Amino acid sequence: MPLTRDETAPRPADATGKTAPERPATRPGAAGPGPRPRKRKQTWREAFRRDWQLYSLALVPLIFFAIFKYGPMIGNVIAFRRFRPGGSMFGDEWVGLRYIEMFINDPTFWHVFANTAILGGLTLVVCFPLPIVLALLLNEVRKRHFKKIVQSISYLPHFLSVVIVVGMLMQLLSLQGTVNQVIGAFGGEGIPFLQRPEWFRAVYVGSEVWQTVGWGTILYLAALTTVDDSLYEAARIDGAGRWRQTWHVTLPGIRPTMMTLLVLNIGTFLNVGFEKVLLLYNPLTYETADVISTYLYRVGLVSNNLSYAAAIGLFQAVIGLVMVLSANLISRRMVGTSLW
Amino acid sequence: MVTDVISENATRTPRRPRPVRETRGTRAFGAVNTVLLVLLCAAMLYPFVTVLAQSFSSPGAINAGQVSFWPVGFNTDTYAAVMSNDTFWRNYGNTVLYTVVGTVIAMLLTTTYAYVLSKKHLKGRKALIGIAVFTMFFNGGLVPNYVLISSLGMKNTMWAIVLPGAISVFNLLVMKSFFESLPKELEEAAQIDGLGWYGIFGRITLPLSKAVIATMVLFYSVAYWNDWFAAFLYLDKTELFPVTLFLRNLIAGASTSASEGAAAAGTTTALVSTNIQAVTMILTVIPILCVYPFVQRYFVSGVMLGSVKG
Repeated sequence: MPLTRDETAPRPADATGKTAPERPATRPGAAGPGPRPRKRKQTWREAFRRDWQLYSLALVPLIFFAIFKYGPMIGNVIAFRRFRPGGSMFGDEWVGLRYIEMFINDPTFWHVFANTAILGGLTLVVCFPLPIVLALLLNEVRKRHFKKIVQSISYLPHFLSVVIVVGMLMQLLSLQGTVNQVIGAFGGEGIPFLQRPEWFRAVYVGSEVWQTVGWGTILYLAALTTVDDSLYEAARIDGAGRWRQTWHVTLPGIRPTMMTLLVLNIGTFLNVGFEKVLLLYNPLTYETADVISTYLYRVGLVSNNLSYAAAIGLFQAVIGLVMVLSANLISRRMVGTSLW
Repeated sequence: MVTDVISENATRTPRRPRPVRETRGTRAFGAVNTVLLVLLCAAMLYPFVTVLAQSFSSPGAINAGQVSFWPVGFNTDTYAAVMSNDTFWRNYGNTVLYTVVGTVIAMLLTTTYAYVLSKKHLKGRKALIGIAVFTMFFNGGLVPNYVLISSLGMKNTMWAIVLPGAISVFNLLVMKSFFESLPKELEEAAQIDGLGWYGIFGRITLPLSKAVIATMVLFYSVAYWNDWFAAFLYLDKTELFPVTLFLRNLIAGASTSASEGAAAAGTTTALVSTNIQAVTMILTVIPILCVYPFVQRYFVSGVMLGSVKG
């Protein structure tokens, strides 16, 4: 019963009495002798009697979470158990750390691990700063209509299905596509980009930029509107030009937003766009394109080594969780912004 | 409404006081900036333009690498060919069905749970929030999900597509902060009049929340419309595919004959000509482009709302 967790929490349930003294009529649970300085802890019986309708509304969503979110989490035990298709979804017998040892001794795993780190790292390094730059440029635009049009157009790719994005990429990068037309116009030789492992990372990161740069500006633009105008005025009086105003006023003003997004991005950088890689790669480009999630997809669902793939997936999920937590910790220590 | 206020703030040009006299440097910067942004827009739009041009071009011109901005050998034969394909229309219909059913279910679950989470006095609220938020940072993973759907007997049914994505925690938190921002007085008055939580939710809160409900409907329907991966994993029968998977199989068939993904999906498509792909892409993306002007405004305000910590 997750509901009972709060009962043992050191703090009393937060709202038991915040508004109590003024409105005793709306709080049938508060049978105590008048307003008291200390909040009385509400018992579960009282809470249920008063709010059973609310709890009942939460019931179906809780069942959803239990089955579709926490079910698979528990299902990860098959990483430590032998799994037989058609048998129990939680496997048949314990095999200990056998599957963990298997992937630790699997050179392919370490190869795809390195690929994942490189691809994720490149994406982070390229895709994180660009929205900031774009937001600063947009912020300098004086004509409102022009700014709105640029914004609308640059958000558009965010709404496309990965399938569409990859389809467009394939057309642009094919031997008859625009990129090779341009290369041809300069007298160069056509390049089959999607069949060349050395081009995969550039193609992937480039398309990520195309998809995310516009959308990424939204939070920064919002943060920019909150920067105090008098700071700019003061900076101007001190003789700061536009460039130094940006450096000393604007950037510090959006630093909390930057840090929050950086934390989120660092925490999730190993979850490179699985669906996109899956659509974009092929055996010719596995050398650089194969990442943890595509490898475990092939091992698990194509070759049916479900337990082995689950072990890899669990490893990746745990690393992801640890990275979010530690990035958040660092950000809280260093700049005082935290995700929660 | 709160969403409107926020979106207005976001799109407002910041009131940085104009310098009295624009220096030459300022004007030069403005010009360069404008050029950069126009180039950016061109780069954003170009892929759409070229796909549109290809969809009206003759296969010969495409294979000769002549098509970029403008159709070469203009014809509508490819549209006619794709539109007379029964599988295409069947899959298109599936996409509509999955989108509608998925969005309805997702809205029911998200709205009720967000409402419960927005009640600050509720005992156990923190635990209920924690249950949802934890799933943002840790998820079961591909294989256990696959095993779960298989053992629930949902493979090759609509439910495998529609149910697993029914609550997006991000949307849930956006909605929760919207409900929290509604004035408490109305609910308290209703409570004194003897209305229970069901009544308050149905008769007071929901009618006040049309803006956020519209936002969420758009969020979910775009997500369901664009989804292909759940179908790729859980559906084997062509007649159940959504149109995104139809398109994916065209692309995979064309990209390389050795793609194991294509083999896994059971595609035997030979080389599919570029213009058929282009037409399918255009037809798939048109509904998104049609709702885009509305979606965009709401999405932006939704993101804002979500960034206000709950």
